[in-house]
Amino acid sequence: MRTNLLRTASFAAGLIVSLYGCGGSDTGQLMEGDAAQQAYVAPGEYDEFYAFLSGGYSGQITAYGLPSGRLLKEIPVFSQYPENGYGYSEETKPMFNTSYGFVPWDDSHHIELSQTEGEFDGRWLFVNGNNTPRIARIDLKTFETVEILEIPDVAGLHCAPFITENSEYLVSGTRFSVPIPQKDVPIDTYKENFKGLINYVTVDPEHGHMDLAFQIEMPGFNYDLARNGKAASHGWSFLTTYNSEQEHSLLEVNASQKDKDLMAVVNWKKAEEYLEQGKFTERETSYFHNLMDEGSGVVKSTERSLTRILDPKECPDMVYFIPVPKSPHGCDVDPTGEYIVGNGKLSADMSVYSFSKIMKAIEEENFDGEFDGIPIINYEAALHGIVEKPGLGPLHTEFDGRGNAYTTFFISSEVVKWDVESKEILDRQPTFYSPGHLVIPGGETRNPDGKYLVAMNKITKDRYLPTGPELAHSAQLFDISGDKMKLILDFPTKAEPHYAQAIAADKIQPNSVKFFDIEANTHPHVTMGESKSRVERDGKDVHVYMTAIRSHLAPDNIEGIQTGDKVYFHLTNLEQDWDVPHGLAIQGATNAEILVMPGQTRTLLWEPKRQGVFAFYCTDFCSALHQEMSGYVRVSPEGSDVPLKWGLNEALHSGE
Amino acid sequence: MRYAKRLLYGTPLLLLFYCAGPEKSENATQTAAENDVPETIKMGKGVGEFTEVEVSDPLNDEWIERGESIYDLKCSACHKLTDQRVVGPGFQGVTNRRKPEWIMNMITNVDAMLDQDPAAQKLLEECMTRMPNQNIKPDDARKILEFFRHNDVEKAGQKDQAI
Repeated sequence: MRTNLLRTASFAAGLIVSLYGCGGSDTGQLMEGDAAQQAYVAPGEYDEFYAFLSGGYSGQITAYGLPSGRLLKEIPVFSQYPENGYGYSEETKPMFNTSYGFVPWDDSHHIELSQTEGEFDGRWLFVNGNNTPRIARIDLKTFETVEILEIPDVAGLHCAPFITENSEYLVSGTRFSVPIPQKDVPIDTYKENFKGLINYVTVDPEHGHMDLAFQIEMPGFNYDLARNGKAASHGWSFLTTYNSEQEHSLLEVNASQKDKDLMAVVNWKKAEEYLEQGKFTERETSYFHNLMDEGSGVVKSTERSLTRILDPKECPDMVYFIPVPKSPHGCDVDPTGEYIVGNGKLSADMSVYSFSKIMKAIEEENFDGEFDGIPIINYEAALHGIVEKPGLGPLHTEFDGRGNAYTTFFISSEVVKWDVESKEILDRQPTFYSPGHLVIPGGETRNPDGKYLVAMNKITKDRYLPTGPELAHSAQLFDISGDKMKLILDFPTKAEPHYAQAIAADKIQPNSVKFFDIEANTHPHVTMGESKSRVERDGKDVHVYMTAIRSHLAPDNIEGIQTGDKVYFHLTNLEQDWDVPHGLAIQGATNAEILVMPGQTRTLLWEPKRQGVFAFYCTDFCSALHQEMSGYVRVSPEGSDVPLKWGLNEALHSGE
Repeated sequence: MRYAKRLLYGTPLLLLFYCAGPEKSENATQTAAENDVPETIKMGKGVGEFTEVEVSDPLNDEWIERGESIYDLKCSACHKLTDQRVVGPGFQGVTNRRKPEWIMNMITNVDAMLDQDPAAQKLLEECMTRMPNQNIKPDDARKILEFFRHNDVEKAGQKDQAI
């Protein structure tokens, strides 16, 4: 009862007090009411946490409020987004440039928030693109994707972008080993020709800019997931692998033969020393770096052509392996940095390693042979202990900061709570159904906020009203503040979330930008005030310098456009207040609309094919006279002598 | 310790609630305004941070230039420099109709002005478009005023007649 009263106080709502006052019985109905109250955030109130869920095959990220499960925003990252013109506007198209050309889709898996001293600092969000290996950075002041860096020569960047405790590096590994550099060889020469890479990308502490620092050439396994050390283990990375069999067909059988696969243990401070000593080889390659300029909002795309490779055979004491039972997946480090959990998908038990024992084994050279010159640390010597028979199909583990770990079990469809020190199982709760990742706010940091847990389920089946063959993936929120986990909310998610991270709202909310200062707008085609709105022809290219303010576009009448022209509408939103975007759509546009934030300039390319008079209009209901916010553009045949003229509430003129 | 942590969780919610309170109770503010009209409104100065603004001669050319550039960027889409009303009223003669404080409060505190000041509300009834907050800084508002004074000398032949 004392616990209940205090919990009630924490929610600070009189309503809850009165409901609790009616309780006292433990009937199912009242239990459900109690759960609903815990996830309830009253209209007009804010959530306590932001949760960022990856979108999987949508290529995007969604931001939810916790505990309410309210969808706050979908952030477009790796996929074009006609809803606001991301990837369609001239400014943002270069964000999709890669060594393969323009790639407008990807598969986003793992969210990593930037960290300072082992805690989330609320500055940036990083996420991987799996199919065309890339890492994106989202600025949490604007919730916009501002940078994408391609990772060269790898295939399937699933194992990414795991961050170190001061955001020194984003660590990633190749999921599919391939010939590196690529060459035309028979697939059955896998063992001879296929390699893996572990990649280290630096994050500039002031601006967040990413740069590929070095790549470590590794045996041709499948590098799956990773975590970096923290506190005592800072300076080390841990990456699980599967397919140490090095098979290339029917992996579900052939890559599951061995009792143990290998986890890579990388001393990245040692790698830095070798880099400093010049013990790397440079290799020519091609990869793209796409960065949005803050003042103009224009993405600049640059091709890079060199990468630095470190070879473990040439660099002793830099990389080790440790055996992990049966096709490991998740690899998670507890808040103290001492314990590393390796989850073997096909193993009945879970192995928990001790960082200090790993260090001791390395010091004493307690090795069981080597693979390709990389020492394999003795399994028993590195082991803190085994969690026996916790469930079936362990995948991922997060921590609550009170000494407990929480692991998802895909096959037995449950979350299991266990004590990291004693390895004792404390609680288990079913999920609906088959959870993949789970997230606790701050759950991978030194200082988790162990109040809630969200399990992201892979299978939905009967949880919601049916929507045909395709169903939204379900997320389930548990209250983990007590001894037993308690399911308090189900909510549907967009596409397929893999990993997610959650952070206290007060680390992001105060920095959220309300509008862009128009006087700081350095866009090359900005229109600084309505009096400067105009139309310019340069051969077949026509530039419309247009402004928007409630409730008109200027100019709103344009003549002298010809079929075959390329018309660039550079729309500047002159508003300087929060939540007043203006949009622009024009009939015959074969791309999308653009949505322009206050103080921002965005460009839509329109290529008229037919003669006539075409309407354009604002797409965001902005004011009482929004419906009036529109205009016309007249298109004449190619070579016509209709002069280029424009105007707003005046005789059309040519600006002279 | 665990209990203490729980109590802490509730604190941000409470703070947010109280911070959000005043903004979200427009109706209450309006009722209060009817009962207790601020002295500055009665004096024709509107409501906002400007209660005493000094103007002097000769006009400051640097301020006029800065004022004009902000006008071009943030105001000219709706306000002309003549007496022609388009979306909002024309600016010709504005310093002869309104006190400097009213003008600068309208520029920097438009939401409160439209909620409380009868002269501003009358303009809204005429124009039917709520003037947007263009987030103009106090210093810049003074420079826009200087530009208006200059415009009035040019267009209306006199300025500052409402002081």
